[in-house]
Amino acid sequence: MSIASTDTPREVAPPVPREPLLCAPALALFLVMLLTPLIMTLVLSFNSFDFYEGIGSTFSLANYTEVLGDRYFYEIFGRTFAIALATTAICAIIGAPASYFLNRMDPFWRSIMVLIVLGPLLISVVVRTLGWAILLGNRGVINTALMNIGLIERPLKMMYTSGGIVLALVHVMIPFMVLAVWAALQRQDPATEAAAESLGAGPFTVFRRIVLPQAMPGVLSGSLIVFALSASAFATPAILGGRRVKVVATSVHDEFMNTLNWPLGAAMAMILVAAILITMIAWSRLVEDRVGRAYA
Amino acid sequence: MAFLELDRLTKRFGMITAVDTLSFSVDRGSFVSLLGPSGCGKTTTLQMIAGFEDVTSGRIMLNGRNLSAVPARERGLGIVFQTYALFLHMTVAENVAFGLEMRKIDKPERARRVKAALELVHLSHLADRYPRAMSGGQRQRVALARALVIEPELLLLDEPLSNLDAKLREEMQLELRRIQREAGVTTLLVTHDQSEAMALSDRVVVMEKGRLQQEADPFEVYDRPKTSFVSGFLGKSNSLRAEMGRDGRLRCAERVLTGPAAGLMPGAVEIALRPERIEVVDAASGIVSGCVTEKVFLGNQWLLRVATPLGDMIVLRRNAGRNEAGIGDTVGLTWNPEHLRILPAEGAA
Repeated sequence: MSIASTDTPREVAPPVPREPLLCAPALALFLVMLLTPLIMTLVLSFNSFDFYEGIGSTFSLANYTEVLGDRYFYEIFGRTFAIALATTAICAIIGAPASYFLNRMDPFWRSIMVLIVLGPLLISVVVRTLGWAILLGNRGVINTALMNIGLIERPLKMMYTSGGIVLALVHVMIPFMVLAVWAALQRQDPATEAAAESLGAGPFTVFRRIVLPQAMPGVLSGSLIVFALSASAFATPAILGGRRVKVVATSVHDEFMNTLNWPLGAAMAMILVAAILITMIAWSRLVEDRVGRAYA
Repeated sequence: MAFLELDRLTKRFGMITAVDTLSFSVDRGSFVSLLGPSGCGKTTTLQMIAGFEDVTSGRIMLNGRNLSAVPARERGLGIVFQTYALFLHMTVAENVAFGLEMRKIDKPERARRVKAALELVHLSHLADRYPRAMSGGQRQRVALARALVIEPELLLLDEPLSNLDAKLREEMQLELRRIQREAGVTTLLVTHDQSEAMALSDRVVVMEKGRLQQEADPFEVYDRPKTSFVSGFLGKSNSLRAEMGRDGRLRCAERVLTGPAAGLMPGAVEIALRPERIEVVDAASGIVSGCVTEKVFLGNQWLLRVATPLGDMIVLRRNAGRNEAGIGDTVGLTWNPEHLRILPAEGAA
């Protein structure tokens, strides 16, 4: 290098753009690990299935018309999105104020609180969900305790309900919301709160008019992550919902593993991917319209 | 009768006294600067006046009412923050209207006053812009308009020009003074920039280590500093250690110097002499002579460093279109004895 640089270059080679080259390993991984299975699933979803002959490599939209024409599937998709929506809303309502307090804490307590918030992510999803099953079951900790105090006579039904799934999903999704909102709050100039106060705003007005609008980009991006992860969650609904409360992810699993109707499962998976994508794109469009102008 | 009056204002943080029995007053309609190096307590003082910091002891009186028990949002002061603290999710007009909205002023009146405030700072054409899309100087004006639109009794400026580049800063200094005069608002500026304080204010309050050093108009603070700190902090100054004898003579490096008539107690003193008050003459005819060791061209003037028996002295000469003495030359230095300032030696104050 040093020898070459002292020479007068006779012929200057055009600089090779290095960025694509540097991206290549990540790109290769992305192609192999994500895009390939996705395309294979897409192809599979157009194939036919017969109990006696198995998967036939035909091309038809039969699987899609089956899913889109059956009320049974509507119910499953509806439930999936209702659970994801409820999880997102609850995460936002709990997560936004939590991040606000987190942001105002002194650094020592803040680092402890961040650890607590991140806690659920440090535990395996199966272990964590089984923990919820122990709490929520008919003979679980909560029902036993309530019955022993005498508040209720018969156990409250919490296992195998959508509510139970939402509860457990909120538990694991809240860190994504808190971190997203916290990042937005950190970008905010703390003097804006003092400025609003000096102009006559009380603490509640300061939060509603100054802090919350500036935290909104964080709430909205956090919502995107939480919604997408909740809508496609598998382990939590599988354990807490069982056979009775099915969501799309568990139904796809059933098609693949029990009915062995892979093409139908693939079609459901593709519809889920498309539905989540459309929701997310529509959501971010809305976000850009509402807050994009100020932050452009 | 003073409009704003600080009476033995003190702030302690644990063992540290940030502001120590600070007393000064500001007349109605005047522009006063609170000047000092960082950490001197000037920002804490501003925070206490604004109501963001509690007062340990002492009083703040504004227009005859005691502010101590009034929460920040009811003090009705206009504040321009160092970072401007604009509401980035609101347009310029919405930013300015915020204070009026909080005062529940009806819409037509609000619109009228926002318009007037934006006209005052020459920003009417940008009313619908968002702050992100504006330059530093423009944001500064928005912050000013937002503070002035509520017609505050007192305008507080916290290092408002420190985030601007040098040229813009000079421009904004003139603008700030014009806006303050037009609005006729009593203003307190906190700054560490002595030239800014001198250029803008009617009076300057110099602080160091939480204590008041001097309060006077800018000319007097510069020309008749009371302490060696003030003399050194405002502009350039030669500081010479000397001894005031019992006979009333001033001795510096075993020479007797003629000083101004004003007497001081015998003992160690410090002589302050502004570099622009020193004349360069022939080596033989000066009060002292010395060798030029450094020469810096500043455009409108020359800065010379001369090693003299009294110590190193800096001299500023107006650029009169000819070259000055060069490095290595021996020159004589002379000055009018009236320009010497005899100050208590540092540490004795």
